[in-house]
Amino acid sequence: MTIAARFELSYPGFTLDVDLDLPGRGVTALFGPSGCGKTTVLRCIAGLERGEGRLGVNGETWQDGRTFLPAHKRSIGYVFQDARLFAHLDVRGNLDFGRRRTGSAAQGVSRDTVVDLLDVGPLMSRLPPRLSGGEQQRVAIARALLTTPRLLLMDEPLASLDQARKQEILPYLERLRDELEIPIIYVSHAPDEVARLADHLVIMAGGRAVVQGELPATLVRLDLPIRLGEDAGAVFEATVAERDAEWHMARVEFDGGELWVRDSGAALGQRVRLRILARDVSVAGSRHDDVSIMNLLPATVMAHAGEDHPALVLVQLRIGSAVLLARLTRRSAQRLELAPGRRVWVQIKAVALIG
Amino acid sequence: MSADLAAILLTARLAGLTTVLLLFIGTPIAWWLARSRSRLKSVVGALVTLPLVLPPAVLGFYLLVLLGPDGAIGRMTQAVGLGLLPFTFPGLVVASLIYSMPFVVQPLQQAFVAVGRKPLEAAATLRASPLDAFFNVALPLARPGFITAAVLGFAHTVGEFGVVLMIGGNIPGRTQVLSMAIYNHVEAMEYGDAHWLAGGMLCFSFLVLLLLYSRGWNRPQ
Repeated sequence: MTIAARFELSYPGFTLDVDLDLPGRGVTALFGPSGCGKTTVLRCIAGLERGEGRLGVNGETWQDGRTFLPAHKRSIGYVFQDARLFAHLDVRGNLDFGRRRTGSAAQGVSRDTVVDLLDVGPLMSRLPPRLSGGEQQRVAIARALLTTPRLLLMDEPLASLDQARKQEILPYLERLRDELEIPIIYVSHAPDEVARLADHLVIMAGGRAVVQGELPATLVRLDLPIRLGEDAGAVFEATVAERDAEWHMARVEFDGGELWVRDSGAALGQRVRLRILARDVSVAGSRHDDVSIMNLLPATVMAHAGEDHPALVLVQLRIGSAVLLARLTRRSAQRLELAPGRRVWVQIKAVALIG
Repeated sequence: MSADLAAILLTARLAGLTTVLLLFIGTPIAWWLARSRSRLKSVVGALVTLPLVLPPAVLGFYLLVLLGPDGAIGRMTQAVGLGLLPFTFPGLVVASLIYSMPFVVQPLQQAFVAVGRKPLEAAATLRASPLDAFFNVALPLARPGFITAAVLGFAHTVGEFGVVLMIGGNIPGRTQVLSMAIYNHVEAMEYGDAHWLAGGMLCFSFLVLLLLYSRGWNRPQ
C-alpha cells in the first residue's frame, strides 16, 4: 500500500519537480511555505492538473507516459480550502451528489457513520450560503468521504477559518484519521496542524520535496531546509499512566521516561500525542530540584546546529528512544560545553497534549 | 384591426421561436467562449457581437444578398428544396437569430464565467464527467444568466425593425411584424391605431421586466 508520484510541471516563474513515495495509510502532511507547490502536487494527484510524470496508487496506475485517468474516474475525495459546496443544492443534495455517482458497488463508509462523524445531520436542509465557514467545511469533508474514496486529499481545509472555527474542526479531522482507514494527504503551512494530525511528513520548498519521512523523526532533524523558529519542536507518543485528581495533572509514560502534563481528560492507558517546543526546553549540567519546572529528565546531547539568529542554537537531545529539541543561546551552549555525547538534564517548561 | 392582431401574433411567434432556438444555439457558443483559451475565441466573440454595433440595414442587406437566388445560402436552400427564404417567415427567423444572437450569448457567457471552474472541479472530484457536471452543476448555477438571456433575446426580437424590413418585406399576415404595423399606421397618419399598438408594447415590456425583477432574478447572491 503506497502512493508513488513523480510530477514535473512548469509555469512561468515556477517549476514543480517532485518524486514522492508516500505510505498508503495514515496522514501524510505536505508542508511548506506559500507558493512551494504543495497544492499543485495535490491537484496533480487528483487529476485536476496535468504535468509530466507518473502516479501509482496502491498498485493502480493513474498516470504514466501513456495513460492519464481523468479526475472523475479517480477514487479520491478532495476537500478544497474554500469548501466549494454547490450553491444550488442544499446540504443533503451536496452530500448525495458524489454518493449517487459512486455506484452502489463501492460499499464502504456508511452514510450514517459519516453524517455522525462530522455532525452534519442537523444541517441537511440548509443551503450552503446559510452555513458558517466551519459548517461548510464539515459538509465538504462529509461530501468527499461519502464517495468512499481510496485516498482523501485535503488542501488546507482550515486555512480560511478563524482560530475558533479551526479548533471546532480539528477534533473531527482527528476522528477521521483514527476511525476511518482512508489514507489522507493533507496540505498545510501551519506547523501546529501538522504536528497534531500527521504521521508522515513531506517538506516542500521551491517546487521540490526536500525532506520526507516519519513525522517524529523528521521534525527533530537539524538539517531541515526551512527554519521553523518558534514552532520548532518534537512530537512523540506516550501513554497515560496516572491521573492526579487533586492537582488536575496526568502522568504520561514514553520510551525514555515520564512527564507530568495538564490533565486533558484522556483515559488511563490511552495513547496520546505530545508536542514539546524547542523554546520550552532548557538544559542544565546537573539536576536542580528547587525550580518550578516539574519535568526534569536526564538526556544525552546528540548534535547541534545554528539557528536563523546568530545568538541561537538548536540542540538535539536523546531521552531513551525519544529525541527532543532545545533552543538555547549559543553562549549557554558553549558555557555548558554541549558537545555530542555529553550527559545533561533537560527541564521542560511546557508539554502540549495534542490529541 | 385584424391585420394588427395578425402582426401581434406573428411577432410573438417569431420572438418565441427565435428565443428558444437561440438558447439552444447560444449555450454551447457561450460555454465555449467562457472556457476556451483558443485564439479563435476573439474572432468568434467579435463575430457574435457584430450585430450589436452594425446598422440593422447593413445586416439585412447582406442577409438578403446571401439568402437571395444568387447568394451562397440561397442556392443551397433552393438545391435542397426549401426554396428561397427572403420574404418568408423562416427567413425572418434566420435573420432574427443572427440579429438577437449577442443578446442571448453575452448574458450566458457572463453567467458561465461567473460560475468559474471551481464548482466544476469539485464536481469532477465527486465523479461527475464533464458532461454530467455541465448539466447538473454549470447549468443550474448559470440559471440567472438564462433568464436574462431569454428576456433580452425575446424583447430584442420583438423590437427589431430594419432587418425585418429588408429580409421580410412587409407582407400582412406573413411577414408583417408589430413594429412594421406601427410604422404603417404612422405613415397613413392613423395615430390612434399606432397608439394602441405602441402603448400596448410599452405596457407589455414593462410588465415582463417588472415580473422578472420582482422575482429577484437579478438579486445579488
